[in-house]
Amino acid sequence: MTDTPMTNAIPAEAAAARATAQRRRLRLRWLVPTLYIIFLMLPIYWLINMSFKTTNEILAGFSPYPQRFTIDSYVEILTNPVWYWGYINSIIYVVINTIISVTVALPAAYAFSRYRFLGDKHLFFWLLTNRMAPPAVFALPFLQLYSSIGLFDTYWAVALAHCLFNIPLAVWILEGFMSGVPKEIDETAYIDGYSFPRFFVKIFMPLIASGIGVTAFFCFMFSWVEMLLAKTLTSVDAKPIAAVMTRTASTSGYELGLLAAAGVLTIIPGAIVIYFVRNYIAKGFALGRV
Amino acid sequence: MTKTENNRAWFLVLPVLILVAMNAIIPLMTVVNYSVQETFGDNLFFWSGTSNYVAVLTSERFIHALLRQFAFTGIILLIEIPLGVAIALAMPRSGVWSSVCLVLMALPLLIPWNVVGAMWNIFALPDIGLLGWGLNSLGFNYNYTNQPVSAWFTIVLMDVWHWTSLVVLLAFAGLRSIDEAYYRAAKIDGASRWAVFRYIQLPKMRQVLIIAVLLRFIDSFMIYTEPFVLTGGGPGNATTLLSIDLVKAALGEFNLGIAAAMSIIYFLMTLLVCWLFYTLMTQRDARENAS
Repeated sequence: MTDTPMTNAIPAEAAAARATAQRRRLRLRWLVPTLYIIFLMLPIYWLINMSFKTTNEILAGFSPYPQRFTIDSYVEILTNPVWYWGYINSIIYVVINTIISVTVALPAAYAFSRYRFLGDKHLFFWLLTNRMAPPAVFALPFLQLYSSIGLFDTYWAVALAHCLFNIPLAVWILEGFMSGVPKEIDETAYIDGYSFPRFFVKIFMPLIASGIGVTAFFCFMFSWVEMLLAKTLTSVDAKPIAAVMTRTASTSGYELGLLAAAGVLTIIPGAIVIYFVRNYIAKGFALGRV
Repeated sequence: MTKTENNRAWFLVLPVLILVAMNAIIPLMTVVNYSVQETFGDNLFFWSGTSNYVAVLTSERFIHALLRQFAFTGIILLIEIPLGVAIALAMPRSGVWSSVCLVLMALPLLIPWNVVGAMWNIFALPDIGLLGWGLNSLGFNYNYTNQPVSAWFTIVLMDVWHWTSLVVLLAFAGLRSIDEAYYRAAKIDGASRWAVFRYIQLPKMRQVLIIAVLLRFIDSFMIYTEPFVLTGGGPGNATTLLSIDLVKAALGEFNLGIAAAMSIIYFLMTLLVCWLFYTLMTQRDARENAS
């Protein structure tokens, strides 16, 4: 109702013209995200397409969809221990890393969001620089470090190595979310006689539950997609799926179908976790700072 | 928010400090150590001062890798940032379609990097890949394995495919935080679409866009796996970016001194850029808190 006098003030024709223009723009607006999503899906479609083809068909030439549909590649991956252990290994070190990162980042992020202490700004910046450190720089020293403490080729080596960039990220995101919680809540709780650990677990953590979820998601994501360190730090027992894929690509010739099927299966865990955080994902990417 | 002075907060930070320091400082010291020594195998090391640094900084190979790296980072920033903002502006702001868009767009971000490389490798194959076959049947002479231009086109397109969504999500988060009242006020004033963007949406997105540029700069600067799997740095050295060159020197040729000196120079460069952005960000925070 409040808009009516305003629209009356503008000549009716001009208003109508503007309204049509706006409606046309709105009608075409969905085109931009749609085209973008189609662009995103094309390579994924191609990978799925390849994964259902036989090797002979792939090498025979271009075809937009599988002529002789086969699930042999998937059967091979799901029945061959070398293959499926690659996935299990990857998931194990990713989960260990996520748990460590979130657990140690929680109190640290609280400290950064609530207190000023000696060297806090420098420390925060130093943490961030580790998120920025190129893994290629660290690959070789990591190999030597983890070999010397006897952790080479274990889940722990990869999980701990990934802490290098996941902990700073977790602290950064959690700090953003925590700063959004008013400080009065802490003070009231302390006056009510809560000890710090009890306040933190019982009152504070539920308040930033979505932030914790998003942080865990990001730790999962960055540990899951990182392959250079994971490959460098393992050889047999904790070999991640990436290493299995590279070996297949080089030793058993040109098995594109198998490689494509393995690729498709690596997309699935990501797609599952993304579904759970879909409502918070935008805020999470903004590191809780919106 | 006003913070209380409390040095005991160090105890809360301690676990993080220990874990990150173990992963950051020990390897970094190892690298520094190598960078000032010369090795002739058999674990024989000799002090060589800054000779490795001089060798790296004057070598054509490093300079060229660095230039390629800057070109790559520049190109992808110029494409991804405006494209990401444009897509975020056109996205539905709420409702089911908004969630659908977000989930689908975030998908590339969760694919392991070597799979991204392998996927584009297959997608761009000139004879049986959709992209390669499509471009060739449209009359372009496209083959990323032996033409530098095609190879560059492919790695840039791959990066746009892979990371534009990050910019979209950040910009979208910024846009969603704008109160509806601003738009209503703009409508009453008869503001043009451009004015709404320039004076309402852009300032609100500034903070997240700084994060976007920072993350994209840093991540593209250390990109390794995707182009390595896709082109292996070739044809020739056409797509040998900094990280690829570094790993080649360290693990391929086992030229430890040179590789370490390269690492340090590389790391200092990222550090400098990181510091610039961080200052930019925190200053902005401080100003907003003060006002």
